[in-house]
Order: sequence, then C-alpha cells, then structure tokens
Amino acid sequence: MSDNPSEMMQRFAAASQGGTAFMSGLGAQVIAFAPGRNTMRLPYAPHIVGNPDTGVVHGGVITGLLDQACGMAVGTALAAARQDGEPMRGIATLDLRIDYLRAAKPHADITVVGECVKITRQIVFARGRAFQDESEEPIALATGTFMITEIRMG
Amino acid sequence: MELLAHAARDGAAPDLNVLLAQVPYCAWLGLTARVADGRVVFEMPFAPKLIGNPVIPAIHGGVIGSLLETAALVQTVWDTKAQSFPKPVDITIDYLRTARAATSFASATLARQGRRVVNVHATMWQDDEARPVAGLRGHFLLA
Repeated sequence: MSDNPSEMMQRFAAASQGGTAFMSGLGAQVIAFAPGRNTMRLPYAPHIVGNPDTGVVHGGVITGLLDQACGMAVGTALAAARQDGEPMRGIATLDLRIDYLRAAKPHADITVVGECVKITRQIVFARGRAFQDESEEPIALATGTFMITEIRMG
Repeated sequence: MELLAHAARDGAAPDLNVLLAQVPYCAWLGLTARVADGRVVFEMPFAPKLIGNPVIPAIHGGVIGSLLETAALVQTVWDTKAQSFPKPVDITIDYLRTARAATSFASATLARQGRRVVNVHATMWQDDEARPVAGLRGHFLLA
C-alpha cells in the first residue's frame, strides 16, 4: 500500500467509479473526494424513475447514493488515519437512516455528499445529504453507522 | 393514479407484476412478486450490476435498501388499495448479514396503519428466511 495519501485517495476514487457495478449501472460518478468527505452526482435517467406518472426518482436510488457516499467517506477517513504497519481496515454498514425531506425534482441531477463525523476503535459514524440545485437545499438526509472490519488479503 | 388504476382494472387486487414492470427502476432491478401463503413475496434475481463489493462479491447496500423500500411501498399499496403511490417519509435499514451473489427475497407487513401514515416493517433474505440479510422500518404517507 502506498504511503502517499493522495495516491491512496486516487485509488479509492478509481475503485468507486470503476469497481462498484451498481454505481456504474445507475450512472453515478464521484466528482470530489478528500479523506472523510465524498461527493457524487447522478444525472437524471429513465431507468432510475420510481413513479412513471410523475417521473420522480425511486427512493431506493437516493438511498443507494447516500450509502455509497457515506461508505466512501468512512473508507477514505480510515485510510488517511492508518498508521504505517497497521493492517488495512474495511467497513460493514450496520444501519442507515434516510429522511426524505421532499420529492426529487424530475429531470434534474442529484448530488450527494457523505461525511465521516467520528471514528472510534470499532465504530464509525457518518452523515450524508442529497440536493439538486445550487442552494443545496436538501431533498434527503442520511445517518449511517459502520463497523470496522479487518481486510484479509488472499 | 393512472398506473395503479390500470394495474387494478379487473377490479381484483392490483397485478403486482404489471405494476413492478411499469416502474422503470423496479424493472431495472428485475423485481417480481408473487402471493404465497396469503402474503406478497418479492424476488430479485442476482445480476452483476447489483454488486457493491466485487471482492466477496456482495450485493450493494443501496440495492438492499431499494428492494426493501419497494416491498414496503407495494405492500402498503396492496393493503390499503391506494390509488396513488405512498410517499416515503423516513426509513431505517439494518444490515444483518452479507448479501451474496444469489437470488434475494423480501416481504413486508404494516405494523400500524393510520389514516394518513403507515409504519411498515420489511425483511430481506436469500436462501433461508430464518437468517435475514437486512430489515427495514419505515413511515409512508398515504396520498
């Protein structure tokens, strides 16, 4: 593993865009990332619609984006906090709470931001939000709790 | 709503597979439903596009949430005979086990049905219903 944090972050971003089939399938892309913070954007597309009469995006799509953004924020925070010689750590989602503040506007991109708020010895806490326009008025909020796991190589 | 009215046009319970096929995201996920032992069971065949962790490989947590939320929402339509889709207010997903590259199932029950709001519990499993992969609790607003 590289000691260069920015190279590590680049790998995370590459893995998240190319390695997560579900995000690729939705059409989502990482647009900004830093240790503990991740921003993704999903362009509006026909296959993400949950209500064909109104064109509103399915709630599960927003849940998926927020899960990914929070998980990436936690993953990059853990990677940045890792000391030389420590084993790589993975994460497993314990729970995810989503508040749907209002319906997403059809035909508009959805942006999600995930932030790692606290790393403890075994548990990591994250927050996420989704919005559609420059005012960043949220359409949904997320609270995620993750467990730290050991990554076994080979 | 036009879609639900169409699905229910024979005066019987809405044909859930007609409904699911006409919701683009549900069709994209490959969701189908059947009535078994007096309850609705939702089914999602495994597909590579559902993967969130390629190493295990495991189904993405967002796909799990999507299956559970759909089960909760459609069960609400089924039980309340709603003519329009209920609106999700909030959901909490508990991830209990890794969702492997296998067919997934889900079912939901209305824990409380009020005039305006329902509280729904949903469960997802793979080969053994007694070993759930994930659960959902959520509130939906009846239109």
